[in-house]
Amino acid sequence: MKPFDYVRPGTVAEAIAAAAQPGAVYLAAGTNLLDLMKGGVSRPNRLVDVTHLDGLDRIERLADGSLRVGALVSNADLAHDSEFARSYPAVAEALLSGASAQLRNAATVGGNLLQRTRCTYFYDTASRCNKREAGRGCNARDGENRSHAVLGWSESCIATHPSDFCVPLVALDAVVEIEGRTGRREIALDELHRLPGNTPERDTALEPDDLIIALRLPPAARSFAAHARYLKVRERTSYAFAVVSAAAALRIENGKIAEARLALGGVAAKPWRARAAEDVLRSVAPTADAFRDAAWRALADAKPSGDNAYKIELARRILVRALTLAAAGTPARLPALPASPFASTSGAVHA
Amino acid sequence: MNHSISLTVNGVRRDFDLDDPRVTLLDLLRERLHLTGTKKGCDRGQCGACTILVDGKRINSCLALAISHDGADILTIEGVARGDQLHPVQAAFIAHDGFQCGFCTPGQIMSAIGMMSEAQAGNDPERIRECMSGNLCRCGAYAGIVDAVLDAQARMDESNQRRSA
Repeated sequence: MKPFDYVRPGTVAEAIAAAAQPGAVYLAAGTNLLDLMKGGVSRPNRLVDVTHLDGLDRIERLADGSLRVGALVSNADLAHDSEFARSYPAVAEALLSGASAQLRNAATVGGNLLQRTRCTYFYDTASRCNKREAGRGCNARDGENRSHAVLGWSESCIATHPSDFCVPLVALDAVVEIEGRTGRREIALDELHRLPGNTPERDTALEPDDLIIALRLPPAARSFAAHARYLKVRERTSYAFAVVSAAAALRIENGKIAEARLALGGVAAKPWRARAAEDVLRSVAPTADAFRDAAWRALADAKPSGDNAYKIELARRILVRALTLAAAGTPARLPALPASPFASTSGAVHA
Repeated sequence: MNHSISLTVNGVRRDFDLDDPRVTLLDLLRERLHLTGTKKGCDRGQCGACTILVDGKRINSCLALAISHDGADILTIEGVARGDQLHPVQAAFIAHDGFQCGFCTPGQIMSAIGMMSEAQAGNDPERIRECMSGNLCRCGAYAGIVDAVLDAQARMDESNQRRSA
């Protein structure tokens, strides 16, 4: 690991000032950053440790009915907060389907939003990677790419975003609160992560000294609590990244879908909101045919970036199944294997 | 630049001068305190051999910078027995052959202790397997590990009931 300076600011303002220096990065739990530093993938000159800042570890219900989650709340504390799990069950299920219990205890909300791709060529410093080093080329394009993107990719980069947490969050219109050199601002989570285009080295819309302070779920996000699921296919049942995942949330009134929210994970450089598919489901009965139409619509623009055409059909099926599960109703207790299609209580036949 | 930190390790307060901020909790425990029960397996947060409790919660000590955990309360495998009396999880691992080579065992035991205080798995073997998935065992002693955890959980539930009765 390359040597670095370590600073531990006492306030958010001091943190932002400390991060102004080129090569500075923020350190939260470090579960992703330290791994990248040990591999020589990230080589910061300075770590600005934000873990001791006050006030960023709270979960607060705001007067308007939205929920504000501090950037330093751990994944485990958030998932196990009983009011959070009741109000946003698909988000809790996604959190608990990710990583291991040890990592969830350490990893933070802010860090999860900013985790880097798990593309093996990004991790392997002997390989060419445009995300790791702008303009270097991409070994994934003609390499082992069965886990790579099928939506929103470019010739420069076919990497995917690995987060489970972000998938239901983007479906629920989560908002990210940011503190930067010019003060406080907020952006939709859907606008935080960038598609690669010709600049895959930039993962997000953040400036280098921007600090994520909190995540907010708007009041409407709670209205899906009765019909919300996250479903994730992975190469082993636990402690693995998604091959493809889907979040489905429905508001059902008088036997019809009043509103649907859909997002896919593991298919693009960002959590992929499927708005056109949501429109297909507006004001229709929650039937298998409607779910299949929506799934086809969601993947209408998908194309393989290599040996991964299977992911397109897999994504359609996972979407149909997530919708089927959501329509059946959020289970009273999370399944023993969160988000797993093999969970004994998953409740749906193969779609 | 030198950094001073203090940690409580297995109930004893320790002060450290770190001449390099790159030291992880894992390396500090092993190389400065010679507490070598905590194992370095992958050193990348994938195997769980380095699991310790920090402020009562299980984490991977290989992915935690010591300097960032100034003031933390740390429990390692060396701190779980009371003198010659093994922790119930340690005793259960022996009784149920919850290991073969033993390399992953300190991490497994610390993870199981952490899991029990999280109270998410109870006595459901499927939930225990899921909640222990961050600890790999290359010998494949998983069946014995799940039996050991179930047994230790039952004994601890029993003793808690006795205490509250």
